[in-house]
Amino acid sequence: MEWNKEELDAITRQVLAQIDTDNFGKEGAYNLRYNGTSVCHGDTEHIKIKRKTDRQGIDVYISKEAQREQVHIPVVLAVPGMTDVVYNDFYIEEGADITIVAGCGIHNAGCDNARHDGIHAFHVGKNANVRYEEKHYGEGEGTGEKILNPVTEIELEEGAVFTLDTAQIRGVDSTVRKTKVTMKDNARLYVTERLMTHDAQTAVSDIDVEMNGAGTNAQIISRSVAKGTSRQNFHPRAIGNAACHAHIQCDSIIMEQAQVASIPEIDARHVDAAIIHEAAIGRINDEQIMKLRTLGLSEEEAENVIIENFLQ
Amino acid sequence: MLQVKNLTYKVMENGKEVTLLRDISFDVQDGEMLVITGPNGGGKSTLAKVLMGLVPATGGEIWLDGQNLTQLAPDERAKAGIGYAFQQPPAFKGMTVERLLNLAAGQELPEKTCCSLLGNVGLCAREYLKREVDATLSGGERKRIEIATVLAKKHKLCIFDEPEAGIDLWSFSMLVKQFEQIHQEKDQSLILISHQERIIQMADRILIINDAKVEQCGNREEMMNVLFEGQPACVCMKERSED
Repeated sequence: MEWNKEELDAITRQVLAQIDTDNFGKEGAYNLRYNGTSVCHGDTEHIKIKRKTDRQGIDVYISKEAQREQVHIPVVLAVPGMTDVVYNDFYIEEGADITIVAGCGIHNAGCDNARHDGIHAFHVGKNANVRYEEKHYGEGEGTGEKILNPVTEIELEEGAVFTLDTAQIRGVDSTVRKTKVTMKDNARLYVTERLMTHDAQTAVSDIDVEMNGAGTNAQIISRSVAKGTSRQNFHPRAIGNAACHAHIQCDSIIMEQAQVASIPEIDARHVDAAIIHEAAIGRINDEQIMKLRTLGLSEEEAENVIIENFLQ
Repeated sequence: MLQVKNLTYKVMENGKEVTLLRDISFDVQDGEMLVITGPNGGGKSTLAKVLMGLVPATGGEIWLDGQNLTQLAPDERAKAGIGYAFQQPPAFKGMTVERLLNLAAGQELPEKTCCSLLGNVGLCAREYLKREVDATLSGGERKRIEIATVLAKKHKLCIFDEPEAGIDLWSFSMLVKQFEQIHQEKDQSLILISHQERIIQMADRILIINDAKVEQCGNREEMMNVLFEGQPACVCMKERSED
């Protein structure tokens, strides 16, 4: 089945609008995976997308000539009872400069669970610059759960820069996120993770960063909001095997009967490894609410503004 | 016009009732600048908070242009026309200065207007617009942004709680100019809680609060003599009353 990207159905459009705010590939290469199948894709001169032949997924080849180009690879799952496992590999040549917009949205109108496991591997060449954006979102009136379990493996060659920007917007009942990064000399990593859970949702995020090269620099910022009876568990870990710098910052707002556990781990195995971690969990500050109320916002509006900005 | 009638605020401390504001009455005319001063711990900031509704009055009434605000929440008082600058403004992780100014104005402001607001409180605007109002800003910077949030919109009455606190001399001079300009335009009333002579000298009237009550209130000329005879105001008052 091959679709034209201009002829998507209403649900797909609605989900795409949440997970790909650039409106699904106005520019650049693209691949849309829908209910376990790649339904449409397009290459550019510098970006080639090939379907895997041995298992589900795609290989994305980005040449060094790709400069400030984009790839959009959203996933939409709208079938209750489906478990979709996909393996996507990205080969980014030395010196390329690319933005990859991924993300998965599940629309579950049934009583069986819908689950997507996206296993992504990035092989980033020397001095390449990659920005990877991933949004997760769930919707639908069904009682079946919306489950998203992403695995992200990143290998950074010398001087490569990787910006990982992930957001779980709302509606995901359960997620287990696994991220593993290895870094060679002078590679830089910037991770921003934003996560919101509500009702009885659960979220686990493990991030392992191994700084194996001299001059590596990693920054991991995690911001989350837990509402209802939801539970969150964060475990970012930075391992310094060389002269390196790393900073881990985990901030969470806890509300109602939610539970948040944040366990940053720093592991220095070299005398010149400088690694810092900070973690804070707390309720919304009353003074922040009061300040916004003096600007004319109701208590509920103030709370929403604080959360929205915190997760920006 | 603001009318404050017999305002009282009491709290329970260790099982005992403590009066933090006792039977306070005064008014502020349209376009008038009232400076509230007095010794530390006398009740000035508490009065400001009660006026804004951040803490509830135990007794008395607050009226603004004929509307009874006494039972209204802070957001309702803001909508009724009161602007309020905190003495120690809170930090907001993730909130940019630009976003906070837009919220304060109740609309999306052009970047030029945001820059102008920040420039007026002594901040080099473009450097700040996209910065977060968080702990990376100094107390003085946050304080000036706080004042800019009140200046972002016209109010019937603006309350500034110790606007000079934590601000360097150069920025303070710019603030004074701002207050002078608002005062000259006469379309907003001002209540400034301050110990600063330059601010006190701008006042139309001066109210001295001490020990939870109004100790004295009068126009600038008569009150300047009281305040700056070389002795603390409360001592001065006591001696006068003994005379």
